[in-house]
Amino acid sequence: MELSSEEYGRRVRRAGPPSPLGRDCLWAFCIGGGICVLGEALRQAFLAAGADKVTAGTLTSCTLIALSAVLTALGWYQKLAAKAGAGSLVPITGFANAVVSAAIEFRPEGRVTGTGAKMFTIAGPVIVYGTLASAVYGLALWLPGLL
Amino acid sequence: METALRQGDTLLFCAPPVIAAQAAVGGKKESEGPLAAAFDELSRDNLFGQKNWEAAERALQLRAARLCLQKGQAAEDTVSLALAGDLQAQCTASSYAMRELGIPYAGLFGACSTMAEAVGMGAALCAGGMAQGVLAMASGHFCAAERQFRTPLCYGAVRTPTAQWTATAAGCCLLRPAGPGAAGVPVRAVTFGRVQDYQVKDITNMGAAMAPAAAATLLRYLRDTGTPPAAFDCIYTGDLGRVGSALLAELLEAEGLGPYHHEDCGCLLYGADPKVHSGASGPGCCASVLCGEILPKLAAGRLRRVLFIATGALMSQTTFLQKESIPAIAHLVELTAPGWKEDAR
Repeated sequence: MELSSEEYGRRVRRAGPPSPLGRDCLWAFCIGGGICVLGEALRQAFLAAGADKVTAGTLTSCTLIALSAVLTALGWYQKLAAKAGAGSLVPITGFANAVVSAAIEFRPEGRVTGTGAKMFTIAGPVIVYGTLASAVYGLALWLPGLL
Repeated sequence: METALRQGDTLLFCAPPVIAAQAAVGGKKESEGPLAAAFDELSRDNLFGQKNWEAAERALQLRAARLCLQKGQAAEDTVSLALAGDLQAQCTASSYAMRELGIPYAGLFGACSTMAEAVGMGAALCAGGMAQGVLAMASGHFCAAERQFRTPLCYGAVRTPTAQWTATAAGCCLLRPAGPGAAGVPVRAVTFGRVQDYQVKDITNMGAAMAPAAAATLLRYLRDTGTPPAAFDCIYTGDLGRVGSALLAELLEAEGLGPYHHEDCGCLLYGADPKVHSGASGPGCCASVLCGEILPKLAAGRLRRVLFIATGALMSQTTFLQKESIPAIAHLVELTAPGWKEDAR
């Protein structure tokens, strides 16, 4: 065939149906926003129950993580995520889903070499670069203070 | 006596070996698709009574092999060789399945092209007098493939519109050399493909990576044999999906080919189910469509002459992460109804 890779690449871009961006964004906004509203409701409930601001925030995060873990184990979280995309990926529940799904998936390979070793295959890079980013942010705050 | 003529890359069998029996086994999603009735056996349980997905695929393949032997009324010791492959690392679904059968075995890897590769090699061995019976077999399992190539099953992610769905299915054929008493669908010719790489790097668009391979092998066969594409009731490709099929049509049009009737196993298996996006894939997809749909139609004379072109994407997780493009291959097998004669067209 007398076809260059570049020309074929152009055809591939034309042939592939584009992602429905508007619909995807709407789903992400609604579900992601819904998770945030739930988080705020939980925080207000903890505050009303007498927790201070820091404790209420911590309890909210813990509750959302636990909720996501349970939904992941039940197989419901990925059904939500198939529609929500970034809306369910970005909140802390998405992070919990990444850890729990890998932990469940690799159980047949053993508790240490499977679950233990593979639990952070998806979440690991987030931790690595999240920590690195916080160090850079710390430096950015600290350096101007030296001048 | 000469057993086969070689014209270009195409082997034309003088006394075509036959597919004497075949069996297709599928999982839950396959049982809900438009081809459900074509399967010999379907399981609502994708674990097939096993403890994990890898063992499930083994059980699936073993079931297909046993059903095929049973349908062909063939004892294990009348089979000279089993050629089988799958997507699991080191071809383990096939090797572990073959542990249970007392048949000499050679593992094949051609990704989703495995079935045509196995039928082609099996036919060549039978035609050459080197085997009295060959099992050609391929399988795929959605869950085993997802956890090996993509993300855990419970991980929340959006599939792209070009993505394909690995079929939980297996197909198995029993090939016999031509001769008195050898009834079945004749394998007239085989063209083993050459690796094609048009620099597609998107592993969520395998159809695009494989379409040039399908086009190249088809064009080579047509040129080698001087056959017009309209001579076939249908040209079946193995899992290009909707995106890959559209690209194949463009490529063939650019080559001035036509008219012809094309169907893709990846589009047939689940029909228009929007959840599978571009269509089905995996070695089990075209293997099960071949065994459940195409071969029975040929055997019954509802199809007279077809080409079966299975395509495979030959990258690995490692090469993908190293930003390599996806090499693809397509192997072609020409099949006809029993008793079909070239001049009777």
